[in-house]
Amino acid sequence: MTKQEALFSYTLRLGDNALILGHRLSEWSSKGPLLEEDIATTNMALDLIGRADALLKYAAHVEGKGKTEDDLAYRRGEREFLCNLIMQLPNGDFGYTIARQLIVSAFDFCLYEELVKSKDETIAAISAKAIKEVKYHLKFASDWTLRLGDGTEESHQRIQKSFDDIWMYTGELFEMNEVDAILIKEGIAVDLNALKARWKKIITEVLLEATLTVPTDAYMQTGSRKGVHTESLGYILAEMQYLQRAYPDAKW
Amino acid sequence: MNMLNEKEIYELLSEIPDPEIPVITIKDLGILQRVELKEGNCEVYITPTYSGCPAMKLIEDQIKEALADKNIGNIIVKLVYAPTWTTDWITPEAKEKLRKYGIAPPLHSTVDKGVLIGKAKVLKCPQCGSQNTEMISQFGSTACKALYKCLDCKEPFDYFKCI
Repeated sequence: MTKQEALFSYTLRLGDNALILGHRLSEWSSKGPLLEEDIATTNMALDLIGRADALLKYAAHVEGKGKTEDDLAYRRGEREFLCNLIMQLPNGDFGYTIARQLIVSAFDFCLYEELVKSKDETIAAISAKAIKEVKYHLKFASDWTLRLGDGTEESHQRIQKSFDDIWMYTGELFEMNEVDAILIKEGIAVDLNALKARWKKIITEVLLEATLTVPTDAYMQTGSRKGVHTESLGYILAEMQYLQRAYPDAKW
Repeated sequence: MNMLNEKEIYELLSEIPDPEIPVITIKDLGILQRVELKEGNCEVYITPTYSGCPAMKLIEDQIKEALADKNIGNIIVKLVYAPTWTTDWITPEAKEKLRKYGIAPPLHSTVDKGVLIGKAKVLKCPQCGSQNTEMISQFGSTACKALYKCLDCKEPFDYFKCI
């Protein structure tokens, strides 16, 4: 694998994560439990899709085959996507969405804080932008975890179950492969193992304050680094890519 | 017709109002970065306030429209991410315009650093000036704003959050 191929794959991974979670959050539009939460989830979706736009644009540039960010978003098959499994999980109830968001936003916070120092200028610039937004996402997810965890018996049970159910998708966030090895050597990527303790500390602090229990690590799901996804991704793409698949080159 | 130079083009574009908050311009907000004339092209550099700011496409169109009849070759609008946009770029005059428009202007960006540990900040109501205000939501009508309410005059208001 060349450095260019590794950079393409790495940028796709970052971009796909933002795109797919952004798409999931956008599904809350007009369905939020309160107007403010409806606006908040779709605002976060907007931040994520904006970040995906910047990253996929850069991925297309790195690949150098004349593709655009739209080609990458709308014309790749499921197996070519590199987003983590956790980003694909259906929204569930609002508590489930919050649990997923806390886990991902804490991860993004640790990741992008390091990527700001990347030797790749474009990744560093996009990361500097992303980190400012991620802080708001993390704050939002932390606040709601506290409210639901330390809320009623019902809300406590439901968000605890959400964390327990999602936990098996957290191990994969930190998986690394040849792509990481090449880019870490170049000072472009981050050693994900080094982020784990910090991520766990953020999650633990919020969960304990919310009177929740941090799930114990057991069997962890895996696959996305190889393009093997949950069944949900196919459904997301079917909806997201429908227009460009049915009417190729259709313009708005 | 004489060709406009970079500075004149910049000044011309400085007049374009922000699509979301028309009382201030894209220059006031720090979205308009610079203008470069190269090889018959006019390159205009803009930076988004938020990654997903949906106004960017409209701003790009407004720039192209403003320069369309100026005979300055191809107009290429480039989106740049570095240096990272910050509310600190908003001038004191523009902040005052925001306040008069009913949006609480951003405090210095260091103030919002407490966002992660949940420290509250003191925000003045743009309507009555009271400091007895409370946040309703971190996220407001646009990506760049949070929603507050004044506990004295009871009016809700937008706060242009610091990043």
